[in-house]
Amino acid sequence: MTFNIDFLAWRKIAIVFSSVFLLVSIGSVVLKELNWGLDFTGGTLVELSYPQEANISVIRDTLVNGGFEGAQVANFGSTREVLIKLPGTVSDSLGSEIVGLLSSANADQIDLRRIEYVGPQIGSELRDDGGTAMLIALAFMMLYIAFRFQSMFAGAAVVALIHDVIIVVGIFSLIQIEFDLTVLAALLAVIGYSLNDTIVVSDRIRENLRSSELDETSDIINMSLNQTLGRTLITSLTTLLVLFSLYFLGGELIKNFALALIFGVVIGTYSSIYIAANALIMMGLNKDHLKVEQPENADDNPLP
Amino acid sequence: MRRYGIWKYLLILFVLGFGIVYSLPNLYAPDPAVQISYTSSSQSADTFLVERVEEVIKDENISTKIELENDYVLIRTDTYQNQLKLKDILSKNLVNDVVIALNLAPTTPRWLMDIGANPMKLGLDLRGGVHFLMQVDTETALKNRQNGTLQDLRIRLREEKIRYNQALVQDNSSILLKFNNIESKEKAEEFINDNYTQFNLPLLSNENNSLVLSLSDLEIDQIESDAIDQNLTTLRNRVNELGVSEPIVQRQGKKRIVVQLPGIQDTAEAKNILGKTATLEFHLEAQMDTPRSRKTSYPYRNGLGAPAFLQDSIILGGDQVATAQASFDENGLPQVNITLDGEGGSKMHRATRGNIGKRLGVLFVEQKTRTIYERNAEGKQIPVQESYEVKEIISLATIRAALGTTFRITGLDSPSESSELALLLRAGALAAPMTFVEERTVGPSLGADNIQAGVFSMQLGLLLVLGFILFYYRIFGIAASLALTFNIVLLVAIMSILSATLTLPGIAGIVLTVGMAVDANVLIFSRIREELKRGREPLEAIDAGYNRAFLTIWDANVTTLIVAVILLSYGTGPVKGFAITLSIGIITSMFTAIMGTRAFVNLIYGSKKNIERISI
Repeated sequence: MTFNIDFLAWRKIAIVFSSVFLLVSIGSVVLKELNWGLDFTGGTLVELSYPQEANISVIRDTLVNGGFEGAQVANFGSTREVLIKLPGTVSDSLGSEIVGLLSSANADQIDLRRIEYVGPQIGSELRDDGGTAMLIALAFMMLYIAFRFQSMFAGAAVVALIHDVIIVVGIFSLIQIEFDLTVLAALLAVIGYSLNDTIVVSDRIRENLRSSELDETSDIINMSLNQTLGRTLITSLTTLLVLFSLYFLGGELIKNFALALIFGVVIGTYSSIYIAANALIMMGLNKDHLKVEQPENADDNPLP
Repeated sequence: MRRYGIWKYLLILFVLGFGIVYSLPNLYAPDPAVQISYTSSSQSADTFLVERVEEVIKDENISTKIELENDYVLIRTDTYQNQLKLKDILSKNLVNDVVIALNLAPTTPRWLMDIGANPMKLGLDLRGGVHFLMQVDTETALKNRQNGTLQDLRIRLREEKIRYNQALVQDNSSILLKFNNIESKEKAEEFINDNYTQFNLPLLSNENNSLVLSLSDLEIDQIESDAIDQNLTTLRNRVNELGVSEPIVQRQGKKRIVVQLPGIQDTAEAKNILGKTATLEFHLEAQMDTPRSRKTSYPYRNGLGAPAFLQDSIILGGDQVATAQASFDENGLPQVNITLDGEGGSKMHRATRGNIGKRLGVLFVEQKTRTIYERNAEGKQIPVQESYEVKEIISLATIRAALGTTFRITGLDSPSESSELALLLRAGALAAPMTFVEERTVGPSLGADNIQAGVFSMQLGLLLVLGFILFYYRIFGIAASLALTFNIVLLVAIMSILSATLTLPGIAGIVLTVGMAVDANVLIFSRIREELKRGREPLEAIDAGYNRAFLTIWDANVTTLIVAVILLSYGTGPVKGFAITLSIGIITSMFTAIMGTRAFVNLIYGSKKNIERISI
């Protein structure tokens, strides 16, 4: 694949596009908030499996009449699977109580698939730990990039990462998909993936800045983007292939995880082209920034 | 290019062989099995136990294979239904000196086990089971310790003839002592300074003639970690009594304990037994002349009989019970036979010897938790878990003769209560009550579905990626496909060797690794194509492609590895499972995608002198 696209002609549009998306995301997180999953809110969740189609409203009525007020009942994956959410704490035998109550109501053979209970204090801790982990990850990566490349590249990479994370979180808020621990893990994986992309592009920019006869930084960056575009698209494609197979076949528990990564991969690919590269230009990167260092030619490095 | 040394091929072959051998055990599906061991840990399983098992199951029409292991007897069977049936039959027919647990017995061939090759462990989300996270209420442990110290202090101050007005434990686990005059206070202060080392100095007194004894930070740390250690030990004992194979009981963070019980179905029972802080206390009945401050009134546990006053001083507690067995008395009522340890026996003897004709009360002490709602700083109602203590009399019987180390306790409601009490006394008490802060139960059917879905999505994902790269890169695609497969084999082998636990997010991590591992090859191959386009000779292009892409791959992978390692150290549960496979996958993919494909490519093209074109 050879490309000769003038990416940077679209710069301004990309900036507008990203800004709008960022504002919408932040606005949505502020106004609509996230649909926090059980891991973060605390509460109780019971998953049941019925031999045939489950009647959600009957189940809800049975539960409310049986003293489980505020029970939310919904299908989970298929019409035979039912997910019940209860606020607050769980009694010692909640699972058997619910199964007993429901089976006595309609004499079905109900299979108790899982019960999850998360205490109120755990949720906020998990949220804090997740946030800390993300910040530490960002800090370490900045250090590594600054050490391997140059501080402007570190800045550009972090701008791109923050952009990606905010937009993925924004999408989860906009369409109100449940945000649980696995989604948090996915978000961190998005950081890893998007960074991978950004590094590959930056690596090529660095190489071309050192070796190319072109003078304009923006031309060099444009050339680098074209050179790496083939690879970027193929890798995104293979990753998306497995992610879609996870999304459709991996089961309900992994669905949101896959979804977060699918959004992340798409946005990460876009951001390494437009956000990271743009940030480099805006920070005024030029050939001189890389001259001081000892030229580091890949050819000099023996393979392992 | 042609210099690709023979040792590199040997290394790759060696790693490949190693990967295949150590990932092999995962192909053997485990047998559903039942394992039986003696309740007492000092007694290891013997042929006698095997004979008893054979006797019980010989008439049943279940295909079984009985094996005698070191600590237990293992009975393998063919289906999960038979496994449950077998457990039922055995628990009905074997007397209660054994623990019967469900197990998944590996079917790894002997030669593999001999070289240490074992299958990966499956997480609870894949095999079913219960996960509990419990928070240890160390405040209570501190308070209990201070109460003990207070009792001791009262006696010793009396011995020293230092008079005090008031001595009590306050809310913040400090002891408050009030004196009549400054002289008593100063004498007491000196005495405490000389004899007790656990308090913050100087002994704080905000009022005249009073002392506040608060525990030093060092002491608090010590008491807290002792409490958690004792709780861990007790929990392990209790888990053993429950009969679970491969349980996990671990400390997590400063004040938490995580318990994982694979294969457990009856979560209510498990939770009941684990979280119970029930124990016994023996008190003498208070007499008419006992001062009010030294006696307390307690209700009867079963509601029969009027509340009675017992003396506050404890003769002994449940921690001095050596063994306890549930049985029935001559009237068929449940009872618990108790044997005390030596110290407990002599304490009991001393206390009862001089009090024949008086009554001995047995208190059932239980820590319970409830949820209350408090207003936080913003005025919002938030649920808070609070633990409280319930003390009830289970028996109050006249002492007819001095008691020794063995006696029995009656007054229990039901056989299940007596066996539970016996179990709790045997397993030891918890040093501090615990609240369940997290509970996750996965039913066996969901576990099986999760494995199926995970494996299926992995197969399909792999197939799609392989198809794409074969189509896109042809001969080089074969190299990349082999490398990718090799990568998964290696990843599974390393997970097995580290005995890492495979979870559903872990499978997702493997799947993601597949997608991302291709990246290294894509980078190399794109580079080779570019070099070819620039007019380089094919062999030179291959060389340049590999060399130039290496640094890029290195930087990209190291940064992703940083994320994975941070996830690993900060994450819990699903996050950790994902991070483990991701980190291992990154490392193995570097090896397979660079060295592995290079070796293959060299094998195909390396021996030829002049190559017109390569298939990429």
